[in-house]
Amino acid sequence: MIRIDSVTKRYPDGTVAVDRLSLEIPDRSITVLVGPSGCGKTTTLRMINRMIEPSEGTILLDGADITKQPVNTLRRSMGYVIQNAGLFQHRTIIDNIATVPRLLGWSKDKARARARELMERVGLDGALAKRYPYQLSGGQQQRVGVARALAADPPVLLMDEPFSAVDPIVRKGLQDELLRLQAELGKTIVFVTHDIDEAIKIGTMVAVMRTGGRLAQYAPPAELLSDPADAFVEDFLGTDRGIRRLSFFPSTGLELTTTAIVAVDATAEQIAARATPDVPYLLVTGLDGRPLGWSAPGDLTAGAVDPAELLPFGRPFVHGEESLRAALDGAVLSPTGWAVAVDREGRAAGVVSQQTIAEAIRTAHAEGRDAAKVAG
Amino acid sequence: MSGGFFHIPSDLQNTYFGLVGLHLREALIPVAAGLLIALPIAQLCVRLRWLYPPVLGVTTVLYAIPSLAFFVVLIDYTGQTETTVMIPLAVYSLVVFIPAIVDGVRSVPQETLDAATAMGLGPVRRYLQVQLPIAAPAIIAGLRVATVSSISLVSVGMLIGNQGGLGNLLHDGQIYHQNRLIWLSVVGTAVLAVLVDALLVLLRIALTPWMPRGSGSRRTKAAGARPGTDTEARPEPAVTALEDAVR
Repeated sequence: MIRIDSVTKRYPDGTVAVDRLSLEIPDRSITVLVGPSGCGKTTTLRMINRMIEPSEGTILLDGADITKQPVNTLRRSMGYVIQNAGLFQHRTIIDNIATVPRLLGWSKDKARARARELMERVGLDGALAKRYPYQLSGGQQQRVGVARALAADPPVLLMDEPFSAVDPIVRKGLQDELLRLQAELGKTIVFVTHDIDEAIKIGTMVAVMRTGGRLAQYAPPAELLSDPADAFVEDFLGTDRGIRRLSFFPSTGLELTTTAIVAVDATAEQIAARATPDVPYLLVTGLDGRPLGWSAPGDLTAGAVDPAELLPFGRPFVHGEESLRAALDGAVLSPTGWAVAVDREGRAAGVVSQQTIAEAIRTAHAEGRDAAKVAG
Repeated sequence: MSGGFFHIPSDLQNTYFGLVGLHLREALIPVAAGLLIALPIAQLCVRLRWLYPPVLGVTTVLYAIPSLAFFVVLIDYTGQTETTVMIPLAVYSLVVFIPAIVDGVRSVPQETLDAATAMGLGPVRRYLQVQLPIAAPAIIAGLRVATVSSISLVSVGMLIGNQGGLGNLLHDGQIYHQNRLIWLSVVGTAVLAVLVDALLVLLRIALTPWMPRGSGSRRTKAAGARPGTDTEARPEPAVTALEDAVR
């Protein structure tokens, strides 16, 4: 565990970058430092590997003061990923990745073998090994940056706005990749960003910092969204935090209506049996069970269903796997106001109305409050 | 008058290609010495920003001292020798090397330096393994200017008693009224400069396989703009050589 204990960074001109900050960063999880520019998040990160020395306070790594070991030994035990990757432009990709193992005295062959293994791990084509950084795209360079940081298998990974300089689509890919890697590797990651959505997406714990280097709130993302500590945090979270909070409620408990589904080859009796007064529309599925579209029961002619005439069904959600946010999104997008739930194979599992989702949300909120009371 | 086109008057006690060798030695040793002296001074200028302007001023003033003046002072200590010719040449090269190295080292992107520091490279490793290699194109650009200028300047050594390599032929050409000798000197010096410059270009290409090549947009956005490392942005060696010849 990394323990930041009332650390202050004051510069000679009197500027206070970090003001009596205390944080406990749990092992094997992603802790995100987020805040507007000038809030001291990068300064905090750099104090962990002593690129910046605190003016006051101490930082403990597994209980030991980080100033008690040689600075370069400390740094080599912490991977560091930086905005724009900061690759060594004069070295090949494989030698960039092998930097720290080589510094640790590994043989060239062993270091390169390790580098190849990591290239694969972060999703880089092995053919890029002998290329130079300028020959790679921004996203690829950032992957190299991550591989380089992981090369010596450090327990701690420090990431300073690593995905800020790439376009949104590449950024989403890199974020997903990081979460996948983290599930495999279980590093203690400290991640700095100014993007609150990124913080909520990848953080196990999120520390919101405010200008002047003070901690505004330190909480798991769901708690941040449900109970922002003050107006600053609330404002920083943005306007639709209620909707975003739904991401943290699973759709498992949603009660699906399974009777409103008919196959495309249904008989007139089957259609009549499924059409009940509380179900204004029927979901028509293909022979493989995948949803095709909605139709009013009266518009369905047995044996002559034209998929092109059906109403679109919006975006289905994977029941039990995706969140209430996905379910609500599906219901809002659907012209009938009903969301389509599918199983992992994409087969229709049931349909659910906006009213049912709204009830599930109320229940989830109530449970969240009860849990908070118990914890408090 | 015996011998062919390359025959050299006996007072020089040398062959034409012997003079070429002499010329190269007198031109290149000072450049190498200048580079070795400039590296630590430039590194100091990078570390202590305030030092750079005065250092540049001093090298410019030294560059403004005519070589003859240097000779007059130096002859008392080093006599009418090659050393007397080479010392001013080494001093002149500083005016080119120091800014080239400082610009080159400063052009290393901050995030590259931060990454190096964060990976546990100490200051010496960072300098030798990151800053210097990345500054290499700028340093070699400076090396080209310094070398070509040095090759053209060696000729003044003839003034202190045939210590000017190919330049000695200028003097002989005058006293023996042989234009052939003057052509041999001037064209020989120029060809030498062009050949050595070409070799340095090859050296740069060999040393920097990591530089984006090709015409037009030379650098990708991702690699980052690195002002100051472009050889194109520097004065052409040939131009400087002409300026030096005028001196």
